[in-house]
Amino acid sequence: MQDLDACVMDVLARHGRDPTRLLQILIELQDVLGHLSPPCLTRVAEGLSLPRSRVEGVAGFYSFLHAEPVGRYRIHFSDNITDRMLGAPALMETLCRKLWIEPGKVSEDGLVSVTTTSCTGMCDQGPALLVNGRAITRLDHHRVNEIAELVRQSVPLDAWPAAFFMIDDNIRRRDALLGASFEPGSALKAAISQGRADWLEQMRLSNLRGRGGAGFTTAVKWQSCRDAQGKDKVVVCNADEGEPGTFKDRVLLTRFAEQVFEGMTLAAWATGASLGLLYLRGEYRYLTTPLRAVLDKRRQAGLLGKDILGETGFNFDIDIHLGAGAYVCGEETALLESLEGKRGTPRIRPPFPVTVGYLGRPTVVNNVETLAKTTLIALEGGAAFAATGTPQSTGTKLLSVSGDCAFPGIYEYPFGVAIERVLEDCGASDAQMVQVGGASGVTIAGYEFHRRVAFEDVPSAGAFMVFDSSRDAFEIAHNFVDFFAHESCGFCTPCRIGTSLLKGYMDKLAQGFGAKMDLADIEWINRLLRNASHCGLGTTAPNPVVDTLIKFRPAYERRLKSLDFEPAFDLDAALDTARRMTGRDDAGAHLNGEASAREAQR
Amino acid sequence: MNGRFMLDGQPVMFEEGQTILQAAKAAGHYIPSLCWHPDFPPHGSCKLCIVKVGGRHVSSCALQAKDGMEIESNTPEINGERRALLQMLFVEGNHFCPSCEKSGNCELQAQAYELEMTSARFNYFFPVRPVDASHPDILLDFNRCIFCELCVRASRDIDGKSIFALTNRGIHKHLVVNAESGRLGDTDFSALDRAASICPVGVILPKRVGFAVPIGERIYDEKPISLVSMEKER
Ligand SMILES: Cc1cc2nc3c(=O)[nH]c(=O)nc-3n(C[C@H](O)[C@H](O)[C@H](O)COP(=O)(O)O)c2cc1C
Ligand code: SF4
Ligand code: SF4
Repeated sequence: MQDLDACVMDVLARHGRDPTRLLQILIELQDVLGHLSPPCLTRVAEGLSLPRSRVEGVAGFYSFLHAEPVGRYRIHFSDNITDRMLGAPALMETLCRKLWIEPGKVSEDGLVSVTTTSCTGMCDQGPALLVNGRAITRLDHHRVNEIAELVRQSVPLDAWPAAFFMIDDNIRRRDALLGASFEPGSALKAAISQGRADWLEQMRLSNLRGRGGAGFTTAVKWQSCRDAQGKDKVVVCNADEGEPGTFKDRVLLTRFAEQVFEGMTLAAWATGASLGLLYLRGEYRYLTTPLRAVLDKRRQAGLLGKDILGETGFNFDIDIHLGAGAYVCGEETALLESLEGKRGTPRIRPPFPVTVGYLGRPTVVNNVETLAKTTLIALEGGAAFAATGTPQSTGTKLLSVSGDCAFPGIYEYPFGVAIERVLEDCGASDAQMVQVGGASGVTIAGYEFHRRVAFEDVPSAGAFMVFDSSRDAFEIAHNFVDFFAHESCGFCTPCRIGTSLLKGYMDKLAQGFGAKMDLADIEWINRLLRNASHCGLGTTAPNPVVDTLIKFRPAYERRLKSLDFEPAFDLDAALDTARRMTGRDDAGAHLNGEASAREAQR
Repeated sequence: MNGRFMLDGQPVMFEEGQTILQAAKAAGHYIPSLCWHPDFPPHGSCKLCIVKVGGRHVSSCALQAKDGMEIESNTPEINGERRALLQMLFVEGNHFCPSCEKSGNCELQAQAYELEMTSARFNYFFPVRPVDASHPDILLDFNRCIFCELCVRASRDIDGKSIFALTNRGIHKHLVVNAESGRLGDTDFSALDRAASICPVGVILPKRVGFAVPIGERIYDEKPISLVSMEKER
C-alpha cells in the first residue's frame, strides 16, 4: 500500500488538498493507478477531509472514471449515429474478435477493454474511438487491425504512429470569425479604451445571443452578473460540447484559442470578474497542453494576470478544468457543481448562476463560440456586428456538418441561412432529413429544407447531421434515445426512469415486437419528460422521437406487429392457400404487403 | 413582499420567501410530494409537486410564490402526470407492499392511494439490489429506494455523519454508505440518528420491531396522506 499512499499524497499535494479539485484529483489518480479502487477512494477522502461516501458518489458519476479494474488499454468507440453510419459497430466487432474479447468486458490478462461511449465530437472524421482518452479518427479495417496489433504487443501509446492522433479542422466556410486575422490583445485594448460601461453598451447593441443552445442575450447575462452582490466574480467558458454531432468548439479551441480566452477576459472586463475557468470535456483532453501554452503566452504578453494591459486593478486569470464523460455537465448549473468537484447534478434555478454560481459567487457561463464572437464586437462595434444575420439572431453561426455529405466539417454562415443552402454547400445531394441542433434539437424533413437556422426558426447549438434516403428515421431516433438514457444524471423521476422506459419501448419496436399501444405509451412518456423534468436534458430528450413520430411515422408503424390488435393466429399465413390457388404472390395478395415481403426475405 | 396567488381558482395569501407549496399547504391546500420535507430546503427531484404556473410546469416546492400567479394543481391533467410519476417509481424498484414492514406507513404507497393509481402501467425493471443487514439495529432494503435523498440530507446536515450518498447515475444511480466495505455495520450509524427515521418508504428499517402495529391499522390505512401531512405540519 506504500505505492498507493505515496501516489495519493503526491496528487493531493499538487492540488493543494482542495476539495473543489476532487474531480481533477480522481482523473489524475486514475491515470497513474489504472482505476479507482476502494482503498484509493478512502485515502482521497481522508486526505481531503471529505466523507468517503461523497468521494465514492463523485467517482461513480463520471463515465470515464472506473471503480473496477479496467484494461491497460481502454478503448471507447464513439457511438453517435454518424459514427455508426460510417461503420463503427462492424469495426468494433472486428477489433473485439482480433483481441479475443467481448465488448464491455476486460480481457482476462487485464490488457484491454473495448466498449462504446457517447459522441466524441469527431463526427466529421469518424468513425472515431478513444484509447486511454486519446482520440483516433478515420477508422477503417486497416487501422483497426493495426490497433489490435499494437495492443497485443503492448506498445506504449506514445509509440503509436503519430498519424493516428492527427485531428483535422475541416474548416469549409469562413465568415466574420473564422475569416478574420486576429491580433491577440487587440479586442481587449479596444474594450479597455471604451471603459467598462461603454463596452457593455457595445455588447448590448450587438444583441449577441448565446451559442450554447438556449440563446440567452449575452449582454443581459453580463450585466446581471456585474450588478450582482458578491465579490470574486467568475467567468466560466463552457467547453463541454457534449451535444451529439457538435464539434465546432473543438475547432475553435484548436485554432482560435486566443479569441476564446480574450472573450473570457472581455467578459471579466465587463463584469469585474477575477477568476476564469474553462470547463473542457474529457474527450478533448489532448487540447489541454496547447491551451495551457496559449494561456502562458497571454500571461507573458500582459493579457492575463495582474493589471492587464497596464489597467490598474484589472486582474483576471484563467484555469482549465477537465470533465470526465458526462453530457449533463454541459448544463450550466451541473457544470458549476462539477467545477466544485461534485456530482454533475443540475441545481434548482432560480437562483441563476449570475447571482449564485461557482462556490456561491456571481458567475457568467458562456459557450466557447459566444465568447470568441465578443472579440468581433470589441473590434468592430456592436452595431456592425448586428448588421449581419437577422434582427433576432445577429452575427454568424458555426455549424458542425456531418453525416451523409461530401464535405463534412465546419461552416460559418450569417444567421438566417437556409437549410437547403447548407445542404448544397456540403454536397448532400440525396438528403432525406437533417438533425439540426444535435440529439436534443429539431428533426427537419425534406419539405422543410427551406427553413432557416436562426433562433426564431430552427435554433441550433451547431450540430447539423445529414441523413440520406437510405437512412431509417427510427434508427436515428433510437440512437438518440439510447444516448439520453445513458446520459441522464438520474436526479429527477421523469428523466431517470422515463428515458430508460423510452429506451425499452424503442428496443421493443426495433426487435419487431411493438404494438400500437406502445406508441401511445411512448407519447405519454414524452409528455412527462417534457413537462416534468428538472433540466433541459430531460425536457429535450423526447424531441427526436416526437419529431420523427410526426414526420416519419411509417418508420415506426412498419415495426409494429399490428396496428390495431394482435391476432391470435397469423392472418396472412391463412391466405396462403388462396395465393397458391390464384398463383399470385405480389404485395397486393398479402394483408400487410411490406411486412410479409420482409418475412419472405428472411 | 407578501401577496396573493390563485390556486385552482382560489385565492391563497403568502408571506415573502414562501414557496408555492409552503404557502398552499399553510392555507389548507394539499400538494402531493415525496422528497420535500418541512425541516429541509427544497430538493426538487421527485417532481410529484409539479404545478402549472401561467401554463408552464414548475416544481412548487422550489419556486417562490409571486403576487398574481395563476396556478393549476388539483386538475385531471396534473394529477394524471403525478400518477404516471408514481407508476414510474413503482416499476423502477421492487415494491412488494404486502410483505413490506412499511406498508400502511409508506408515503409512496399512500400517494398511490391518494392519486388513485390502480396499475403500474409500465414494464417493471426488476433491479437487483441486495439487502444490507450488517448493522445491529437497522436493516437496509435498497429495493424500495425512491432517491428522495432525505437520508443523505439528514445524515449530512443534521447528524453530521454523511452515512449515505448516491453514486453512479441515471437508472443505475444507487445509495452507498460511508464505509470502504460498503456495509452499514462498518459505519458509525446509530438508530438514534435523524437519518434512521426519515425514510418515507421501507428502505431504512429498525430491526426487531416487525409488524408491531398490524397492517390495516397504520397511519395511511386510517387517513389519506393529504390529511396526515397537513395535520403534521400545522
Ligand atoms: C443537457 C444540457 C447540455 C448542455 N451542454 C452544453 C454544452 O456542451 N456547451 C454549451 O455551451 N452549452 C451547453 N448547454 C447550455 C448551457 O446550459 C448554457 O445555456 C450555456 O452554456 C450558456 O452559454 P451561452 O449563453 O453562451 O450559450 C447545455 C444545456 C443542457 C440542458
Ligand atoms: S432532467 Fe435528467 S439530467 Fe436533468 S436533472 Fe433530471 S434526471 Fe438529471
Ligand atoms: S433510502 Fe429512503 S430516505 Fe434514503 S433516498 Fe432512498 S427512499 Fe429516500
